[in-house]
Amino acid sequence: MAIIRPRGSVNRPKTGVDQSALVEHRELIAGIERRAFLRGSVSLGALTLLTGCDISNDSALQSVLRAMSGWNDRVQAWLFDPKKLAPTYTDADVLNPPRFNAFYGIDEVKRVDGAAWRLELAGAIENKRPWTKDALYALPRETQITRHVCVEGWDYIGKWSGVPLRTFLDRIGADKTAKYVGFKCSDKYWGSIDMATALHPQTILATHYAGEPLPDAYGFPMRLKTPLKLGFKQPKWIYAMEVTNVYPGGYWEDGGYNWFSGL
Amino acid sequence: MIAAGSSRIQAEETGHGRRIRVHSVFVRATHWINAIAILIMIGSGWRIYNNVPIFSWLTFPEWATLGGDPEITYKLNKDVGFSNALLWHFAAMWVFFVNGLLALGVGLASGRLQMKWLPVTPSGVIRDVRQALSFNLAHDDIRVYNAVQKLLYIGVILAAILMLVSGLAIWKPVQFQTLTWLFYDFQGARLAHFLGMSAIVLFLVVHVTLAILVPKTITAMTRGSIPAEAESGPYPVRTGE
Repeated sequence: MAIIRPRGSVNRPKTGVDQSALVEHRELIAGIERRAFLRGSVSLGALTLLTGCDISNDSALQSVLRAMSGWNDRVQAWLFDPKKLAPTYTDADVLNPPRFNAFYGIDEVKRVDGAAWRLELAGAIENKRPWTKDALYALPRETQITRHVCVEGWDYIGKWSGVPLRTFLDRIGADKTAKYVGFKCSDKYWGSIDMATALHPQTILATHYAGEPLPDAYGFPMRLKTPLKLGFKQPKWIYAMEVTNVYPGGYWEDGGYNWFSGL
Repeated sequence: MIAAGSSRIQAEETGHGRRIRVHSVFVRATHWINAIAILIMIGSGWRIYNNVPIFSWLTFPEWATLGGDPEITYKLNKDVGFSNALLWHFAAMWVFFVNGLLALGVGLASGRLQMKWLPVTPSGVIRDVRQALSFNLAHDDIRVYNAVQKLLYIGVILAAILMLVSGLAIWKPVQFQTLTWLFYDFQGARLAHFLGMSAIVLFLVVHVTLAILVPKTITAMTRGSIPAEAESGPYPVRTGE
């Protein structure tokens, strides 16, 4: 695909997505498209015509759609009010246990060993000494009862506690004028958010859910929690954090999901 | 109303005889740009809906949705077309928004929309519904709308505004939390967005069906003018208000 992507970040794999399967099965894929076209053309209606020649994956069109998504990033950054707080709720509203979500099933969750876990730091940070779980859990915590909204359309109200990311960035001497904060996760997920959202008072490094340490399935020992972003912008099982001016992308974002995805 | 309409007839000489001008280039352009944007938003919206349906008994057939072939899209994007659908939806949103503002703004500022769509009276609606049900509704001058048409056009504009407001409430439930609150909560805004879509789809069914039944309206919205003789077509002529 003719998508121009910025280079070089610890958050991004060195190589792109393997597309050799597409090249190898070119005829098969062309056949699928022909079938889709035939199926579409025998059906009635203007919508059917649209699917009959569904050009969603055409590389030129993808460039246009992703350029529009980049424009939406800029509009959202402009709409973002650093002083506006997300609505908060009461203990009675909290869903416990919360809803599980990942790019795999809950039975495939790999437990992270808290004793061996270290939070690695990289990029524009003065003190890059790795953090142990005990040191992180000893930091003063803020608690929030907020709505978690998924890009798919579902939501629930949860209660998360942890050190505000702003406090943590101050403590490690991060350059708060940098553009991005990137995260890498034990399950090979990765993601990034803009600095304005990172500094928002409701953006925390969550270590607890409903008063208890995060359960294994919900990001133990640490996840990002911010009611200012969609769920997929809040990585779980984080083990590395980077402050950078190089666009780090993300697991879903590199597949076309809107990067800013602010609420 | 009819007399007023007839007095505005502007005939133009062409190689095919006298033609009556119905829609300006501006009206036709904004109409078709809007049509494309709305169809893209419905198709992609249905794919987005299918990911987490509001009603367990309702999902949209994949052929009617927009987002790419699921197998190919999965290989490219690690999902079955949901990301493509969102890209489509948020791209068409801007087209719909800018085009809609332009069309409504110019239409209202010029007074054309008020002239064509107002007034709508309850008695007029009842009379025209009766006539329509007895297949006796006048189509003698397609530039003059009957009460049912007026109601439908005003209704679909209101539905479009509902889509804009509920869409913003879904997109920005924190920045625009007052809008989301208007719909009770996030799921309330989703439901309103779904109901607004349903209203627009119902409008489209009626709108397209009637356009096909009175084909000169399609000529009017594509070429801009219709042959003068088409105005004395096989439709009952209404004699007065």
